[in-house]
Amino acid sequence: MAKVPVQFTLNGSEKAEFIDSGTTLLNVLRDKIGDTSPKGGCHQGTCGACSVIIDGELRLSCLTLAETCNGATITTTSGLAEGGVLHPLQRAFLDTFATQCGFCTPGMIMAAKVLLDHTPDPSREDVVEALSGNICRCTGYEPIIQAVLTAARANSQNAA
Amino acid sequence: MALALQTFATVKDANTALKSAGTRYLGGGTLVVRAANEGDVSVSGLVRSTDPALSAIEVSGGKVRIGASVTMARIARHPELGSLAMAARAVGGPAVRNMATVGGNLFAPAPYGDFALALLALDATVNTDEGQTPIETFLAGRDDSRAIVTSVSFTKADSLRFLKVSRVKPKGISVLSIAVVLEQAADGTVSSARIALGCMADRPVRAKAAEKALLGKTLGQDGIAAALAAAGEGTAPITDPIASAWYRAEVLPVHLGRLLLG
Repeated sequence: MAKVPVQFTLNGSEKAEFIDSGTTLLNVLRDKIGDTSPKGGCHQGTCGACSVIIDGELRLSCLTLAETCNGATITTTSGLAEGGVLHPLQRAFLDTFATQCGFCTPGMIMAAKVLLDHTPDPSREDVVEALSGNICRCTGYEPIIQAVLTAARANSQNAA
Repeated sequence: MALALQTFATVKDANTALKSAGTRYLGGGTLVVRAANEGDVSVSGLVRSTDPALSAIEVSGGKVRIGASVTMARIARHPELGSLAMAARAVGGPAVRNMATVGGNLFAPAPYGDFALALLALDATVNTDEGQTPIETFLAGRDDSRAIVTSVSFTKADSLRFLKVSRVKPKGISVLSIAVVLEQAADGTVSSARIALGCMADRPVRAKAAEKALLGKTLGQDGIAAALAAAGEGTAPITDPIASAWYRAEVLPVHLGRLLLG
């Protein structure tokens, strides 16, 4: 089958690939581009491990066909650290022991980033709602919720 | 397996391409890409249209028209769609709501399809290039539907009540869901009732017997008793890992009662 071209901005850099039509964005990111931060969990839109940010919106890369992302701006967790300095969310996840096996972490961080981008000072309920599409089988969620609230506080202190 | 996606500027061209065997329409991907990921080999090709009319929300007077490609997230944050936003928020988590479309929800099998339920209670009209179909007829015949849904339209009803019962908060799959649109006369008696049920069949259905039993009654314990007794009439609840058909049938009157009295 003829390959189709796709082109998008991933974590600030231009990417162009020839792919098989119908390939999911998750597979293009992981297998073609080598960004393995989005994880393939259920491939059913249930677990949230593959979450990425497309044009400012949280999306599931396992259910998104890469061809529909032509011209889009995509952010993944691997693009958050700047010059070796972790993003406040990444720092907070480490500090509050919000990762155990770590498989859900990139998806959680993407969901949390979208929340903090729109709601810099979220309530606990806001955080629970924002993470409600992401499944974690290790932590019992509480450390993750605390991590997001901690990152929000760190952001507001930096801004002050 | 590669799916070969074809993109068309117009719905007309997409409709033509959709005539090929094994071809499905791609909305947000939460149903068809999911099916393909699961190994559904009946899906061999996908078609979509980028016609901007599919993404439009029009509210004028009391009339509403929502394009089939409009996502649940857009409805949830629309200032003029009132209680319909509650039904949109009941769908999935934030990422799913950014993807799942109005058109797709019409085809979502139980336990999904909470938004279509609200449209059924609103007695919406489903629009395609081939014409207009009342939603109840559309849902009943959806397995054979081939023409691309372009929009749904309905008369705005601020009296829409919506309830999704799930075991996990805030995002859980439905045990059952209920949408109700009532009109009451000046003396408080019910003059018209539409009750739509989710998970009480393989797709959203109307509780016709309960609707009839509500007419002329007031919304009190005694007034709704006959409607609650008839709520499950003609339903065939699903059994899945969330709940058994027996359990769904047992708790339906309880939740319908709370929604009517709430």
